[in-house]
Amino acid sequence: MFDADFFRRWMTATATSVDREAERLTALDSPIGDADHGSNLRRGFTAVTATLEKEAPDTPGGVLTLAGRQLISTVGGASGPLYGTLLRRTGKALGDASEVSAEQLAEALRAGVEAVMTLGGAAPGDKTMIDALVPAVDALGSGFAAARTAAEEGALATTPLQARKGRASYLGERSIGHQDPGATSAALLIAALAEAAGE
Amino acid sequence: MSDANRVGIVLVSHSAEVAASVAELAKGLAGGGTEVPVAAAGGTEGGGLGTSAELIAAAAASVDRGAGVAVLTDLGSAVLTVKALLAEGDELPDGTRLVDAPFVEGAVAAVVTAAAGADLTAVEAAAAEAYSYRKV
Repeated sequence: MFDADFFRRWMTATATSVDREAERLTALDSPIGDADHGSNLRRGFTAVTATLEKEAPDTPGGVLTLAGRQLISTVGGASGPLYGTLLRRTGKALGDASEVSAEQLAEALRAGVEAVMTLGGAAPGDKTMIDALVPAVDALGSGFAAARTAAEEGALATTPLQARKGRASYLGERSIGHQDPGATSAALLIAALAEAAGE
Repeated sequence: MSDANRVGIVLVSHSAEVAASVAELAKGLAGGGTEVPVAAAGGTEGGGLGTSAELIAAAAASVDRGAGVAVLTDLGSAVLTVKALLAEGDELPDGTRLVDAPFVEGAVAAVVTAAAGADLTAVEAAAAEAYSYRKV
């Protein structure tokens, strides 16, 4: 079972990894985006860590709902509402239970990913964060390590794709050959989940 | 005449200057548009290019007269942020709608229609209709 502390560790691990990888994310965002993905997410997850410390929500759903809300408020780019919706919907799906099972987490995360697809209108293969998140959720039944591997492979597999959503889609075929920054940061989020679980 | 029963209009752009200028343009072209509550929510709180959920929520609250609020956006994170705020349920006034319309033409149509005392559905329809106005 996973309690609020576990989810706090997940968010903290994400903040640490986004901070460490911010320059790489921004570099990936330079040829096909507006070169702010790393700095935007760093600002967002730094604020998430601070607000979780201050408000200390005591349920898994409370942690993720607050984190999601904070991302929507502080990121300033499209990744704010997208990651914010992912975490908030996942949190809402977890309800107010003080502990949740791996199965409940997987189910809630699937609801979160579906909400992101509805919000942004992206489907698998559009070269977005969805290309890392959907394989991760599909693999979660086999454990956190399997989800991390699936997310990383999903992110790498965006390189040959042509972007069909967001600013990168304006580039048409010129978006081919670049790894998607959103899929890359989504893989960091899933890797942080595995890290929080000690896998 | 007061704006007590007017639909409020919020203009969300990645740029503070664009949002403020389109608000000024729409009010100017609407003639009596000065009676319509129009607020701009442009850029980030730090003054950079981007979208601020806080500025959007504050703008929507400032134009809410109880007749609904029509929100027009430019693109990308502006659209997604408004949608995410609407999904939240409690951050924007009751009767706030994201209007699917071209930003400049839609803003003019929305303010003109709201100035005539139309309700939110009519304001939304007028703004959306701006898509069908071909230039060539």
